[in-house]
Amino acid sequence: MTTVVETLARPPRASFASRAWRFVARHSLTVYALLVVGYLMLPIVVVILFSFNHPTGRFNYVWHKFTFENWIHWNAVLGIQGAVEKSLEVAALATIVATALGTLIALAIVRHRFAGRGATNVLIFLPMSTPEIVMGSSLLALFLNDQNTIQLGFWTIFIAHVMFIISFVVVTVNARLIGFDRHLEEAAMDLGANEWVTFQKVTLPLLAPAILAAGLLGFALSIDDFVITYLNAGPVQTFPIFVWGVARVAVPPQVNVVASGIFLVAIALGLANVFWQYRAAKSTRGGT
Amino acid sequence: MLWLAIFFLVPMVFLGYQSLESGLFPHFEFTWQWSNFSDALSGYHTQLIRSFVYAGIATLACLVLAYPLAYWIAFRAGPWRNLFLLFIVAPFFVTYLVRTLAWLNILADQGPVVRVLRDVHVLGPDGRLLATTFAVVAGITYNFLPFMALPIYVSLEQMDPRLLEASKDLYASSTQAFLRVTLPLSMPGIVAGTLLTFIPAAGDFINAALLGTPKQAMIGNVIQAKFLESLDYPTAASLSFILMGTIMIMLLIYAKVVGSERLTG
Repeated sequence: MTTVVETLARPPRASFASRAWRFVARHSLTVYALLVVGYLMLPIVVVILFSFNHPTGRFNYVWHKFTFENWIHWNAVLGIQGAVEKSLEVAALATIVATALGTLIALAIVRHRFAGRGATNVLIFLPMSTPEIVMGSSLLALFLNDQNTIQLGFWTIFIAHVMFIISFVVVTVNARLIGFDRHLEEAAMDLGANEWVTFQKVTLPLLAPAILAAGLLGFALSIDDFVITYLNAGPVQTFPIFVWGVARVAVPPQVNVVASGIFLVAIALGLANVFWQYRAAKSTRGGT
Repeated sequence: MLWLAIFFLVPMVFLGYQSLESGLFPHFEFTWQWSNFSDALSGYHTQLIRSFVYAGIATLACLVLAYPLAYWIAFRAGPWRNLFLLFIVAPFFVTYLVRTLAWLNILADQGPVVRVLRDVHVLGPDGRLLATTFAVVAGITYNFLPFMALPIYVSLEQMDPRLLEASKDLYASSTQAFLRVTLPLSMPGIVAGTLLTFIPAAGDFINAALLGTPKQAMIGNVIQAKFLESLDYPTAASLSFILMGTIMIMLLIYAKVVGSERLTG
């Protein structure tokens, strides 16, 4: 349908040859784009597929037989359940703390002019523009420096995760704050609200979508992080560290099960969001 | 709030300070051991250069793959846009290590890809993909592709379609319109994308460790091993600094090149 409309809209100058070329160009682009999407999807499909595999030996490389066994007994592998729990624990705690701090830092950067504001800006971007290995090792250097008081483990992982999540929170909330209409706050103040009430009833609700997005992003980053965690974990095992450990021997299909599980939860959230946006777009179009 | 910002600024500064100092730490004494740097450099320059070469190739590959995809989503995907955006970020939802391990399955010696390539004689009868440079670079490309695609998409999506119409009205062919209008306007996205891809790719060690052999070891593998296996903190820290410093220098050069191109163009 679109092609018909566009052919009509196009000036009659376009020759048949150029139109034909355009047709080919358009569709080759589509094919190419879909191939790239395929490249992106391929390993995911493989991960999910092999979570249903019943491997013959210790290696889960070759497809053998379909089974639900791995999903039912996902925690049959020693250490996997503890690692998953540890990952969730770290992610939840670090996300909450980092989101709260990040939001406040974003507010401070956007709203207040203070000495070192520029420096703060740079510091926020530093973790994002440094390779993870450098960040992880600098934190490790800090922790190793004081071995008597600091034990590598849960809390060092927590500190490290808060460090790198904060940057993403600040950037996300910042973007929202820059487009923020300050008149709304002024109106609230004019109506007799004090600063705290204004913050609670006006500022926070308006920032909520950005804070939520930042929190989800932070949670995902935290669960997924390997490099920084690995360097600072000491004896503690999170899920990625568990995977790293077994990758040197043989990866049990249960690892695929957990990864698929995380993926499915995330993709369900994502699809819900897409659907919601679609509905919202439709209703605004219909309404006006 | 201001107080809070400063309160959390201090540990960050402290961290920066600490990491700076640690580079000169011969075990537990601080002796301005500058030779750590030269030793590290002479010992591991192969891995350092290799890291940047791999990261460079992967970044280019990402650009070639991501640009048409982002373009297509921005201009041709219509109502499916958000769905395809979700496809781009979908790999992030599978744990990094697990999705890299999936490439082990795909590229395995008994796997379909190797079999087909052997049948059409691209690979010799004993040829393999795993444990080669190709596997490592392909893995890096895969893992950082979304970082390239998203910023390019954002910059294309913000583009005013009327600009393209205007260029058509001024008798630009579609190639000209693309080169003169679309491409320059998407430059910020390309710049952001290359940085977001190149920097983490240069420090990556997972792909080299899982898909490669010590022959493909990158600087990240060395740093990681020095810290956790040989407990040689000074070398590891100075290598970290060399890596970061090199990236900074490259960034400056890059900024200069991109900037001056903008000025002349």
